[in-house]
Amino acid sequence: MDAKTYQQTVDQLAPKRPVLKNCLTAFLTGGIICGIGQIISFMYMYFFPFTERTSSNPTVATMVFIAMVLTGLGIYKKIGQFGGAGSAVPVTGFGNAVVSAAIEHKSEGFILGVGGNIFKLAGSVIVYGVFSAFVVALIKTILVQVGVINW
Amino acid sequence: MIFSIIIAFVVGGLICVVGQLLFDVAKLTPAHTLSLLVVIGSVLDGLGLYEPFIDFAGAGATIPIMSFGNSLTHGALAEAEKHGLIGVLTGMFEVTSSGISAAIVFGVIAALIFKSKGKVS
Amino acid sequence: MKNARTYQFASKPSIVSTAVAVGPLEKQSPFLPHFDLVYDDERFGQETNEKGHAYLIEETCKLAIMKGGFQTTDIDLFLAGDLVNQMTPTNFAARELATPFMGMFSACATSISTLITASFFLETNHMERILFGSASQHNAIERQFRYPIEYGAQKPPTGQWTVTGGGFGVLSHYQSDKPYVHSATIGQVVDCELKDPLDMGSAMAAAAFDTIQFHLSQNKGTSYDFVMTGDLGKTGSAILKELIRTSGVSSYFVDQYRDAGAEFYGNNDKLLSGASGAGCSATVYYGPIYAELLKKQWKKVLLVATGALLSPLSFQQGESIPCIAHAVELSMD
Repeated sequence: MDAKTYQQTVDQLAPKRPVLKNCLTAFLTGGIICGIGQIISFMYMYFFPFTERTSSNPTVATMVFIAMVLTGLGIYKKIGQFGGAGSAVPVTGFGNAVVSAAIEHKSEGFILGVGGNIFKLAGSVIVYGVFSAFVVALIKTILVQVGVINW
Repeated sequence: MIFSIIIAFVVGGLICVVGQLLFDVAKLTPAHTLSLLVVIGSVLDGLGLYEPFIDFAGAGATIPIMSFGNSLTHGALAEAEKHGLIGVLTGMFEVTSSGISAAIVFGVIAALIFKSKGKVS
Repeated sequence: MKNARTYQFASKPSIVSTAVAVGPLEKQSPFLPHFDLVYDDERFGQETNEKGHAYLIEETCKLAIMKGGFQTTDIDLFLAGDLVNQMTPTNFAARELATPFMGMFSACATSISTLITASFFLETNHMERILFGSASQHNAIERQFRYPIEYGAQKPPTGQWTVTGGGFGVLSHYQSDKPYVHSATIGQVVDCELKDPLDMGSAMAAAAFDTIQFHLSQNKGTSYDFVMTGDLGKTGSAILKELIRTSGVSSYFVDQYRDAGAEFYGNNDKLLSGASGAGCSATVYYGPIYAELLKKQWKKVLLVATGALLSPLSFQQGESIPCIAHAVELSMD
């Protein structure tokens, strides 16, 4: 069988991903998560001595905590099937990736299993976040030092 | 207050739509998509655009994973401003530590208290 | 040896007993009345998914042996496999059964490849009774091939759901009141350069078509009650139907065509394209299909189990998905 013709048959007959519907549910899910984040950050500003800019750190930590509870109770994966990127892109998705790997690999023990695999899914985000931040900051610092731009 | 929640909802939702298009149209895996978004966040901060974006959208800009790239870059730049090139390395985790440390701490706690469940019924 | 991949067994080895066990989600299956053991616990009371997987295999095998009126010591050979790395669940179950054992891997086609091999062993008359079959456990397979169970990844409509279940049988010399293996076609690896691990039905349909076409060409004029593939799912079976329709193979086969994976969970859209896994074809073939052959509701069926021969590593290295399909023609006199 010719691979090209076969792939055409598959393209015709295999159900397409419902992109529009997925985008809508991603918008709703992601929007709600960010809305909740905004409410939590208001609470930190109102009840604790945080400002609009500094409240983001405790907010992120709180969101990760919520993600942990939802992951442990088996709810986050259901949100994920509904929300797609809407639940993967917010920091709760990062939390879900870390927590789900930790729970899953508990069976191999706390050092080799949990410790060794906790960043199995989320590791690439940290690695390329750090590396791109390094490159960007390096370029900017050099540009400032040679006087092309200012801070 | 209500207004800024709506802004966070709309902006955060739109960033997630971009993520969904990367999933469904560009056919990227979640790991590729999230890595790409983090890199975009770093670059936007390098251009000085992410902080004004946070001022506008609030949690709509800080909750999506892009903000992770922004805060890493921001920490590195803040230190570089004080100490020159070496600050690029030393300042990296100054701002972001909360996300990563929260994930590690809660990950281990979750492993202690939860057991992987069966399938959806 | 031209055409040697199809063989007709002169000794007509008969499947004298079978047993099928499944997990909790499989209660939704329309095939439920034909499952011998239904467990409420995905892990079968064991500590880890992998231990539960081994327990599932062990218990189902013991039941298959018991239902045939045998002892474990009556078994000359245990031929089986699963999808976990190095097939440890099957190996560990074989340790408990303590019979002579050979592990086989044909991915989800192991349900049939073990039956074909067992038939050849019996044809030599050297052995009396061979225990064969395959199994899968949802969590153990998902965590190995995809993501941790609790990770919220979105599956597309072509995605399939790995069955928790195992189907095993005892093959022995011909008995007139039991279904026997009439003939078999050994599959050839077919790779149509598809790469999406969340659409394995589409990749496997090409292999199923290759094997079915070859088998029919060697058995011209045979009429079947139906042809049933293992786990192409709704997506893959639609593609296979189209291939059969356009290839000039009699349209009769389009009407007589079924797929175990597409039927497994009934019409549940939440489970997307349907069921998959080494336990999918094994539970359906050796549960309901076997029972209906035994009741002479069907007289002749062609069972074609399909397997995707990929690993998480081969996918990450950008390789395409090679696929295989093995076919067995079961008859009832």
